[in-house]
Amino acid sequence: MGAAPGARGEWLARTRARLGASLRVVLALARKEVVQIVRDRATLVQLVVIPVVQLLVLANAASFEVRGARVFVVDEAPSPASRALVARFAGSGYFRVVGWAPSAAPADEALLDRRASVILRVPRGFDEALAVGDGPARVQLVVDAEDGAAAAVVQAYAAQVLAAYGAGAAASKAGGAAAPAATPRIEVRARGWYNPALDYHVYMVPGILVSLVTIVGTLVAAQSIAREREIGTIEQLNVTPVGKYEFIAGKLLPFWLLAMAELAVGLAIAHLVFDVPVRGSLALVFGAAALYLVAALGVGLLVSTTAETQQQAQFVSFFVLVVYLLMSGLFTPVDSMPRWAQWLAELNPVKHFVGVMRAVLVKGAGAAEVARPVAVLAAYAAVVCTLAVRRYRKTTA
Amino acid sequence: MTPRASADRAAGPGPGSGHGSGALSAFLRKEARHLLRDRRTLAILLLMPLVQVLLFGFVVRTEVGRIRLAVVEPAPDVATRALRHRLAAAGRFDVVAVLRTDRALPRLFASGRAQQAVVFPAGFADRLAGGEPAPVLIVTDATDPNTGSVMRAHATTVVRRYEQELRARRPATGDPPGRSPGGAAVLAETRMRFNPTLASAHLFVPGLVAFVLTIVSALMASVSLTREKETGTMEVLLVSPLRPWQIVVGKVLPYLALGFANVLTVLLAARVVFGVPVRGSVALLLAECLLFIATSLALGVLIATRTSSQRVALTASLMGLMMPTLMLSGFIFPLESLPAPLRALSAVVPARWFLLVVRGIMLKGVGIGHLWDETLVLAGMTALLLGVSARRLDVRLPGGR
Amino acid sequence: MTPPAVEARALTRRFGAFTAVDAITFDVAPGEVFGFLGANGAGKTTAMRMLTGLLAPTSGGARVAGFDVARAADQVKRSIGYMSQRFSLYEDLTVRENVGLYGRVYGLRGREIADRLARLLDRLGFAHLAGERVGRLPLGWKQKLALSVALLHEPRVVFLDEPTGGVDPVTRRQFWELIYEAAAGGTTVFVTTHYMDEAEYCDRVSIMVDGRIAALGTPAELTARFDVASMDELFVRLARPGPGAA
Repeated sequence: MGAAPGARGEWLARTRARLGASLRVVLALARKEVVQIVRDRATLVQLVVIPVVQLLVLANAASFEVRGARVFVVDEAPSPASRALVARFAGSGYFRVVGWAPSAAPADEALLDRRASVILRVPRGFDEALAVGDGPARVQLVVDAEDGAAAAVVQAYAAQVLAAYGAGAAASKAGGAAAPAATPRIEVRARGWYNPALDYHVYMVPGILVSLVTIVGTLVAAQSIAREREIGTIEQLNVTPVGKYEFIAGKLLPFWLLAMAELAVGLAIAHLVFDVPVRGSLALVFGAAALYLVAALGVGLLVSTTAETQQQAQFVSFFVLVVYLLMSGLFTPVDSMPRWAQWLAELNPVKHFVGVMRAVLVKGAGAAEVARPVAVLAAYAAVVCTLAVRRYRKTTA
Repeated sequence: MTPRASADRAAGPGPGSGHGSGALSAFLRKEARHLLRDRRTLAILLLMPLVQVLLFGFVVRTEVGRIRLAVVEPAPDVATRALRHRLAAAGRFDVVAVLRTDRALPRLFASGRAQQAVVFPAGFADRLAGGEPAPVLIVTDATDPNTGSVMRAHATTVVRRYEQELRARRPATGDPPGRSPGGAAVLAETRMRFNPTLASAHLFVPGLVAFVLTIVSALMASVSLTREKETGTMEVLLVSPLRPWQIVVGKVLPYLALGFANVLTVLLAARVVFGVPVRGSVALLLAECLLFIATSLALGVLIATRTSSQRVALTASLMGLMMPTLMLSGFIFPLESLPAPLRALSAVVPARWFLLVVRGIMLKGVGIGHLWDETLVLAGMTALLLGVSARRLDVRLPGGR
Repeated sequence: MTPPAVEARALTRRFGAFTAVDAITFDVAPGEVFGFLGANGAGKTTAMRMLTGLLAPTSGGARVAGFDVARAADQVKRSIGYMSQRFSLYEDLTVRENVGLYGRVYGLRGREIADRLARLLDRLGFAHLAGERVGRLPLGWKQKLALSVALLHEPRVVFLDEPTGGVDPVTRRQFWELIYEAAAGGTTVFVTTHYMDEAEYCDRVSIMVDGRIAALGTPAELTARFDVASMDELFVRLARPGPGAA
């Protein structure tokens, strides 16, 4: 009586007891979920086999690199210079010469037929222009830009080949003439950080990994609640003293653990098979992953509380998922999106997590550099889960 | 009107054709009613593709936007300032930091605040004036190799142009202007055929059509069939005069219509909102779309024959189709970029063929003459899938083995 | 006078313009086996869902095991057991796993659960089935198991919604033996059914017609009052309104 510590101690003890009881219930529910997953062959395959296989296969697919672009040469006035130019293209490793003609028509046909994706037209007078040196000699490139991304890349490659050719041609001409003094000369040195080999795996694999883990987590988790509702076992649980938080935690815990495990396996594959570097702290990656997965699962849960049937839950989850994935910077850069879309992307937990993964793994970023996205992930997780729990009601009406 | 009753009514000579056609149309009507009554799902199925196309047409792009640039000027002078202004004025760069040393660079890059940095040495202007090589270091975040190369190209261009400017101002004695030792002598004038502005939408929207159609059609077909199996009504149907192929057709036809509706709305949106042209024959385009929808539906039917559970059908359709279609069909990543084994694998993905058709018709304006291969492949796939499914559907009943 | 195990006071539930349960009022004494009868659609299941805290009343109220269903739903849930119409145990889990789950959900600890499981298996003759998946059991055994699980945590009141649907007469008799045992142990049993012969097994019954309680009393009282030979006849008389309906 009057001893405040005593009353507080009592309250603490009671809370601890209640939390302990809650935890036991959550663990019991989680255990049941795990048993169910393990026994359901189809789900197991989906959860384990498919993501791994897809990671291995698809990581190889993700690339914008173009090798051996097929070039059709239109050489209007063949000369040693033009032949040297074509030889440069052929020998560059980026291009493959598939045809040669003195006029444009066959080249056009080839482009339409998709036998070639680039036309290199060396106009009449190329040789003279080069010799005189009164301004640059011009050639024409027609690129099949049906695939805009590839087209840009092809253009960049062509520019490189031409620059090399030009340097070679000029050098052979400069010969003895000494460079006159006082000509401004800038020496451009270019360095690419983090991925000097320009390996697409480094960029794509973390992203693919995230998307696979997300798909698995969100879809399967969302579906599991809808399923219980449909079979009716949810009614039995609704009558028990199991609280909303306990029920949801019990549902999500196994999927969260599973997703984390998959992430770990995936990272191992990424590093060992695809040479994705691990330059930063793995603890940071997993910490962010923990938060991210709670958010992702929470979204799946939120969707399943709004859907009337399992089917609807799946469709809506799929829709949300695709939007999240395509707006996350996984396949195409966030920086390329219009301003308003970039703002929207701020609301996308996938975007933040992919960013953290790439920053920590590839750039070796530390906690300070990724503090902001991690904070966003934490906030997102909290909000989504609260919403989901609120919406999940044990009573109707 | 039960299938049996209407079959009796329509009873004609012999088994098969005339006998079951009344039953089939009644069945079709029931299926259509199912679809129309589930308002929510219908709304989702019609709106979802449209919203996705609209959204992604704007969002999925590879053009490099404004580049966040940091400038390291240990000793600012006339030349460094001039070059800095050129960079800022080029319209591509946002100068986010001007620093004295490069110590802060790693942190700026790691946090993504800067994507590129231009590092000047001390005494830059002096070197330029004295004709000594003046080094400029351009550091680019090459995590994304694609944007990395593009960014490097942009920065290099600005620097080179400045160099040309300086040279034009002070022509070396005795040399005709324009000839620069060690400079590039060949310039390319590039024309981007079929997509002059390299608009990403032109690339991606056709792909989105394929993506969305695949998933939705295959999904709906598989779910609809397995739902019948799950609720046990499949048994009743199989016992009725309806033949298995009629059941499949009846179940799948409404979704063909739905898919077609999707195609129309999406193409309209692509035209109106993104200006994606249809340079070839619209009729041919629509016909090919119908074919592709049929292929996707056939895929869904095949999935349905392998399982009696709606849930499994649903997830198999989603997970089994989504990633491969996204990645192996040429939707985002060019087919040319695929390593050989994956390119072979992509031949099995219907969307890959359809994309060639769609882009061919919409962007290149080709006619059926150039598209025979793809069309035949799609038709062949459809036939094959349906054939395999028909055989399996005959005997499968839930619980029966 | 001990407080009733279940008290309903003008308990009402409306769905839009339709009144499913119309101001029903009744008491159930502790340890009673109370039959809650009525035709399909008469409002039985709705009423039961309100009493178990699954549905909120539109007006009126009820107390179960002394707790208000609207305000103290949590305590109500701790004190009751429930067996739903649709079989609600997990078919892909074994007998032992289902019991373990619900035991823990109701706060029992490992040792207690093991003890009660053993007793349950013994009583049902299921000992050899402890590791068997519930989905593989025949229907009657599943029902008996569900009942035992509902009673596992020794609740004050147990609600059974059409527990013997689709089950053969022998199994039904065994089922009711279990119910009597529970009642003898002090558990109040609140059961809905449309098998009229089961009505005769109850201490008291009520018959719901169109959302209202048309009759309430012991089977003997009711057959006498309405001058019918059996509960079956009484039910038919009441459930099909015509001239002479009460």
